[in-house]
Amino acid sequence: MAEPAPTPPPDLVSPVAITAWHWNAGRLAYPVTPAGEPVWPPRAVAPGTGAPLTWLLSGGRGTVYATTALHARDEDPRSIALIDLDEGPRMMSRVEGIPPGDVAIGLRVALRFTDPDPDGVRIPVFVPERDA
Amino acid sequence: MSLRARVAITGAAESDLGAAPAGTRPVDLMAQASLRALADCGLTPADVDGVFAATTQLPMAPLNLATELGIRSRYTDATNVGGSSFMLHVAHARAAIVAGACEVALIAYGSTQRLIGRAAASVQEVDPWEAPFRPALPVTAYALAAARHMHEFGTTREQLAQVAVSARAWATRNPLAFSREPLSVAEVLASRPVADPLTVRDCCLVTDGGGAIVVTSAERAAALPRPPVLVLGAGDAHRHRHITAMGDLTTTAAVESGARAFSEAGLTPADVDVAQLYDAFTITPILFLEDLGFCTKGEGGAFVEGGRIAPGGAFPLNTNGGGLSYTHPGMYGLHAIIEAVRQLRGECGDRQVQNAQIALAHGNGGVLSSQATLILGTEQTA
Repeated sequence: MAEPAPTPPPDLVSPVAITAWHWNAGRLAYPVTPAGEPVWPPRAVAPGTGAPLTWLLSGGRGTVYATTALHARDEDPRSIALIDLDEGPRMMSRVEGIPPGDVAIGLRVALRFTDPDPDGVRIPVFVPERDA
Repeated sequence: MSLRARVAITGAAESDLGAAPAGTRPVDLMAQASLRALADCGLTPADVDGVFAATTQLPMAPLNLATELGIRSRYTDATNVGGSSFMLHVAHARAAIVAGACEVALIAYGSTQRLIGRAAASVQEVDPWEAPFRPALPVTAYALAAARHMHEFGTTREQLAQVAVSARAWATRNPLAFSREPLSVAEVLASRPVADPLTVRDCCLVTDGGGAIVVTSAERAAALPRPPVLVLGAGDAHRHRHITAMGDLTTTAAVESGARAFSEAGLTPADVDVAQLYDAFTITPILFLEDLGFCTKGEGGAFVEGGRIAPGGAFPLNTNGGGLSYTHPGMYGLHAIIEAVRQLRGECGDRQVQNAQIALAHGNGGVLSSQATLILGTEQTA
């Protein structure tokens, strides 16, 4: 059972701001409906009903649902993946620590946050679970 | 009240395609195509009372077009859901015409994305939960769907390539096609990787261009010079905007849009003589063949093998060469409709499908987001 996420400051009301507040503190949080259904991407209210959402903390384990190695011009190939968290949300991220072409659908992965950038921004990325 | 065969596409034309001269505006191409489509059916801008247009470069596109051509429309529609917008325009024009809100609807598109650069022409909206990972869009989304389809159903790299090879074979028969040199499966696989498993030959062209069609009541169309192409069925559906919210990446909302269109037309996939399925990337026609009911889910890869969708094959698909080889000025849906119209009129020369009576044109918008299906027929099918 996932733990409730810490309550953000009262001026943080948008799902974007709440997400970033958790990320920058090294937490991956996701909203759930009153029935416990996870909602991702985060929204202001539950889709379909408009019910209020509450936020839970992910344990940070998941499985690669879909993957690509992106060959952008003037860059080394890099990973883009959709990750199914064990709690249910499916989020976009990347898998680090192995060549992007070796990221396979079904790979078990573990959460790792990037180091803060000069603005304190951190984002959730993943590494193979076996290396976590 | 049935909407089947109440309206007809009576005029259709492209603008100049390919690489536009310096200084060309998107509305120039819209207007050029519009005048050609109106001339095609013996009308002028003065006859138009409904204006429908969309392009990424002009958020108020119908106003630009009406200004350019001096049209004072009483019905205006700027619906923009990406490359499928024009299928929605046809459905909206039909509703407006049947309701008496307009009589002659002009639907137009124009883009100068090759001239000014794709990044400038199609500014991608920022999704805060995807942008941090810098997905190149839209190709990343389609690559993820292709990877998932290969994983779930055993679809092969070679089967994806068959879509591009077949499109090129059709393009060699279309004098207006942008890419007409022969293409092999091996060449598709060996070309520059873009987003695995897709190479640059799995991706649609980047061209300039525009198009236009004229829609009016079936009664009025019967009195105009061109053979009317009747709108037998239309359906649209959508489930998401960004790929993260799609859910199952191997099944699109075309399941719903196609079912609605076929139900309205009173037809089944077996009745379709020629299909134009938006080929933004080689995975997309495979998904739509499955979702529209031409084969079962997971069989799309096998379906496109053995020349079935190429000239001379049993299932003529994207007979103009498609977005992969004919033209892809950013939003391709209108060009799929134009080719369907020409096939039903029997105007396609070397690429004509013999005795084509029923055509399907399917549009895709966003990242497999907006799906819209039109089923068109000759007068004999009314």
